[in-house]
Amino acid sequence: MEKKTVDLSLLDGVLEEYAPVKGSLITILQHTQDIYGYLPKEAIELISDKTGIATSEIMGVGTFYTQFRFEPVGKYLIMLCQGTACHVNSSELILQTIKDELGIEDGQTTEDGLFSLKCVACLGCCSLSPVMMINEDTYGSLTPDKTKKILKELREAAL
Amino acid sequence: MRIVIGQGSCGIAAGAEKVRKALLGADINCEVSVTGCIGMCYLEPIVDIYDDDNKLTRLVKVSENDAEAIASYINSGDKSFIEKLEVSAEDSEFLSKQIRIALRNCGIINPEQIDAYLEADGYTALKKALCDMTPEEVIDVIKTSGLAGRGGAGFPTWFKWNAARQSAGEEKYLICNADEGDPGAFMDRAVIESDPHNLIEGMLIGAYAIGAKHAVVYVRAEYPLAIKRLKNAIAQATEKGIIGNNIFGSDFSCDFTIKAGAGAFVCGEETALIESLEGHRGMPRLKPPFPAQSGFWRKPSNINNVETFANVAWIINNGGEAFAAMGTEGSKGTKVFAVTGKVKRSGLVEIPMGKTLRDVIFDIGGGIKTGKEFKAVQMGGPSGGCIPTDLIDTVIDYKALGATGAIMGSGGMVVMDESTCMVGMAKFFLDFTAKESCGKCIHCRIGTKRMLEILERITNGEGKEGDIELLEELCYSIKDGALCGLGQTAPNPVLTTIKYFRDEYEAHIRDKKCPAGECSALIEYKIIPEKCKGCTLCARNCPVNAISGTVKNPHVIDPNKCIKCGKCFTVCKFGAVVKE
Repeated sequence: MEKKTVDLSLLDGVLEEYAPVKGSLITILQHTQDIYGYLPKEAIELISDKTGIATSEIMGVGTFYTQFRFEPVGKYLIMLCQGTACHVNSSELILQTIKDELGIEDGQTTEDGLFSLKCVACLGCCSLSPVMMINEDTYGSLTPDKTKKILKELREAAL
Repeated sequence: MRIVIGQGSCGIAAGAEKVRKALLGADINCEVSVTGCIGMCYLEPIVDIYDDDNKLTRLVKVSENDAEAIASYINSGDKSFIEKLEVSAEDSEFLSKQIRIALRNCGIINPEQIDAYLEADGYTALKKALCDMTPEEVIDVIKTSGLAGRGGAGFPTWFKWNAARQSAGEEKYLICNADEGDPGAFMDRAVIESDPHNLIEGMLIGAYAIGAKHAVVYVRAEYPLAIKRLKNAIAQATEKGIIGNNIFGSDFSCDFTIKAGAGAFVCGEETALIESLEGHRGMPRLKPPFPAQSGFWRKPSNINNVETFANVAWIINNGGEAFAAMGTEGSKGTKVFAVTGKVKRSGLVEIPMGKTLRDVIFDIGGGIKTGKEFKAVQMGGPSGGCIPTDLIDTVIDYKALGATGAIMGSGGMVVMDESTCMVGMAKFFLDFTAKESCGKCIHCRIGTKRMLEILERITNGEGKEGDIELLEELCYSIKDGALCGLGQTAPNPVLTTIKYFRDEYEAHIRDKKCPAGECSALIEYKIIPEKCKGCTLCARNCPVNAISGTVKNPHVIDPNKCIKCGKCFTVCKFGAVVKE
């Protein structure tokens, strides 16, 4: 996927509000990722300028937490739950199904830029395990067939 | 009449929002509102209908296609329209056998409206504490109640509050740990989504007790609905003057902020959480000094978990004795469990301490859903352990559970049947802790990695004599040497599975067999000729063409080609494919 040019002016409001407040780095990074879908290098440099926090420290924080990404993600971000209840209820089969259907591994994005796959720790919907979240929507009680159907519908919706 | 739809994350994932939209579009003249999670997650979406005398009719597993039938019932009063949706007497017992304090309003009141909470006696405990009690008296009531930290460690709440109160300094912080990271646990999510004001009230009482003017909630970013409802609740409480200056006309003032975590299990450890709140990598600090002396911004701070706070208002209103009347000598009150896995009725269960695991899993949870045998229950997540069948009558008590090698934990209870491999379970948790280790101390960073490598070897059929002993040695060194709770407890899943399921480890190492049939490197798929109808379904689904045979004749799997993906096993309708 090609990266678009990063419009840094989108960060003005966030930096104005949070840069002067001590302890706000994680909040700033969360807003940045909400805006761009990931943490662009240019944005990290700007945050460093405005907050006085070294880029190395920002990278240290950014790489520590699983929420942050340094590459753009697809239109649909699949977060597949790997919690205990999902594990016991065969989430491994769902992972295999997604990999087979999309031809990507954990952490990768399909070539058409539609789907990204990320395995995550518990989503807290254990009663519906196995579970995945795609963007803001949660899908539960997954089976390989149900998973294929969901992916197919999303692909068609995007066309 | 009014209709109330359960809209916690589970309910919404099961389709509650679609049901709500369908009902709003249906031809009915009655109020349609939302509530949080009642905890019967296996029956979602749930629709409650209250008649004019407030008598409840509960409908379960409702789909948007049922909207018309519900509308017909509302308009005619004829129950035959909804008979098939009504909750069964058996399922109703899931709730009637519980005693709810922390969850008392969950799934009953509207979590998005402060008036609903006020009508349920909300904020009366705060008013009582601020207007009629000194902070010391509040701490005394909590002491009498015997309330202990529900995050897992079970440390007496009053003791922490008192330590923070005694600590010198004007500026203090009260922090709520809502970074519910244990895989398999969702009690805290349910409380925040379903009854956010109860959390706020408990926190404000805590802030008053320790003398803090600032309250902070650190909540997982993975819980967007919880964050949304909590923000809404804070705004409403602020508007009513319940958060802010001179609350209820007293001298007590307190502000309230939310910080979203960014995904790191170690941030459940209180000093790591504080580091994260300050915007740093969430790496634990050395203790002492404890947060009560030097916490957030090096000021005296007190941290409790969501469920702990959710009990506080009830205790203030009903008295410490009423809470202490429930439970065992060492563990008072109730505890909420998230019961999941291979259990028939999964969901949230709040019961008094002193009940047994059997009460929760079999009496309330209905036993194993697959008709297979119960094998073990995992408690306490990556810090806990697996408790086997013969200890199923263990009472729910911090000490009794600790004696098994597991822990009470925050409340995750994952039930497993005979198809779950216990070595695989240990590997699953070590994979988790090895990934989540912050890397600060060597014992945890390298120790968990080495343990994971050994477990991977064993499950791949490459285990060696002496591996079990080596694992045990590593476990004890990590327990002794790790800096924080994450590392110190990381060996528990390994130690308990070795203690109770040593024969499974030995079968993997010596016989190269996985008794549960889960470790793919150690199993072989076969077709029983007598059962095979020759339908060709397995052959058509095999991704590597390892299955041969002709129509209506038994098929055969070529073990040299088979990649053990299990597809044939899943698709066979006649039970002819077996794992060995």
